[in-house]
Amino acid sequence: MSENNGYKSGSRLERILAAGQFAVTAELGPPKSVDVAVIEKKAGHLKNKVDAVNITDNQTAVVRISSIAAGVLALQHGLEPVIQMTCRDRNRIAMQSDILGAYALGARNLLCLTGDHQSFGNHPTARHVFDLDSIQLIQMVRIMRDEGKFLCGDEIRNSKKESVVEPRLFIGAAANPFGDPFEYRVIRLAKAGADFIQTQCIYDMPRFKEWMKQVVDRGLHEKLYILAGLTPLKSARMATYMRDSVAGLTVPDEYIERMEKAENGAEEGIQICIEQIQELRQVEGVAGIHLMAIEWEHRVPEIMERAGLLPRPQVN
Amino acid sequence: MVIAERKPIEEIRAMLDGHKRVLLLGCQECVTVCMAGGSKEVALLASALRMVEPDKEFMESTVERQCEREYLEEARGAAEGCDLILSMGCGAGAGFASDIIEGIQVVPALNTKSIGVVDEPGSWVERCMACGECMLHLTGGLCPIALCSKSLLNGPCGGSQGGMCEVDQENVKCGWQLIHDRLKSLGREDLLEEIRPPKDWSAAHDGGPRRVVREDAMA
Repeated sequence: MSENNGYKSGSRLERILAAGQFAVTAELGPPKSVDVAVIEKKAGHLKNKVDAVNITDNQTAVVRISSIAAGVLALQHGLEPVIQMTCRDRNRIAMQSDILGAYALGARNLLCLTGDHQSFGNHPTARHVFDLDSIQLIQMVRIMRDEGKFLCGDEIRNSKKESVVEPRLFIGAAANPFGDPFEYRVIRLAKAGADFIQTQCIYDMPRFKEWMKQVVDRGLHEKLYILAGLTPLKSARMATYMRDSVAGLTVPDEYIERMEKAENGAEEGIQICIEQIQELRQVEGVAGIHLMAIEWEHRVPEIMERAGLLPRPQVN
Repeated sequence: MVIAERKPIEEIRAMLDGHKRVLLLGCQECVTVCMAGGSKEVALLASALRMVEPDKEFMESTVERQCEREYLEEARGAAEGCDLILSMGCGAGAGFASDIIEGIQVVPALNTKSIGVVDEPGSWVERCMACGECMLHLTGGLCPIALCSKSLLNGPCGGSQGGMCEVDQENVKCGWQLIHDRLKSLGREDLLEEIRPPKDWSAAHDGGPRRVVREDAMA
């Protein structure tokens, strides 16, 4: 099997986290057409400003360029992709095939997700798959990497005469500190073999800290890296929308009031985000942040600069 | 039992096109209990059709079970002279009626919904998806395949909020919240820390139409 100097995958994200640096990932949503210039433009804003970038997989069940294809394009534009893979649209055969393909094309990070239900998207009458769930997907990717085997037990080699050449991916998962019932989720993720977790976006800091305390008390932060999710608020309208319409999210009144009183909502939202970053850096067990600036990629450099997170560390 | 509900009358009328004498064939089993296709529902649908289709003749008959050969053979007599059978049995019954009563087309009056239970009077809810490999002993008697909108085997997704499912926060409970609460009340939280392996879907319909054979019961 391949060697990686002791790393599981050798991805930049893994090396940054292993070095104890405060990691930053961002998000890039592929376009709903073959207009690849959109990817190039978004990548331009994020290049050298963050350590890796999640490429979403038909998020909210709306058809877009595949996360693997968009991830390869992002790689060509100088980003390290975290390929998102949901369980909604593919069975275990297609997933393993795509994992081999993604690795062959240069992907080194894979985020394993359940996937939004198809009823939210633009094909609500579609049949979903969920042959595996996200925990089983994580386990499968780990077995492929650490045992060089497919889920069925066959070795990952082209023939008996040839050697095992397995995909070595850094395995991510998502967790919602505010979802119910959440207390067993991280235990199962750690058992399944996730290397890192990105959380749902956080506004309710006290509740997040309570969740982190449970994670730390169980020693789970030593088994996997936890990146705290953040989404900067763009306006008071967005703040109330997030509070009222997004399942699993609570936005404290304090932030709503600040956004309503602000003359420049966007500026206030960025200020709040920077304060959150500073607060999160002090929380035990938080290894970095996942900055989901939805259709706001161009503001990421400013947030990173003002939060004192630039330049990004270089790792070998 | 099998839960079904009647198709909209306009959809049923469209299937009657070109036919003159129609037998409405009910079933006294599950669809009687879920008030979709018993003798009462046969009579109600027949009178509704007689009003909107005065040129057609509607006959009524309800058999013991549409899923058994001998009862369908009995229905042959009632079907005599008819050019269409409108089955008010479940999908299995309607299909089997079409096998047994040869020479007459059988069309379905019901949509078969699930294997379920009477949740409360007038409300039937799905509880089993016939996966072929029951795991209720691991989940406090609540099936995650049937009760979770994504059939997840290892806990809830991020869309579980306040005990409700992201698919319909007003009407659909999160199956995993129910399992979680049940296991806690049974003192079996340990089961929530275990990881369930990928399911063998070959035992489900993915393996092809399933047949159960009991040689000792064969003629």
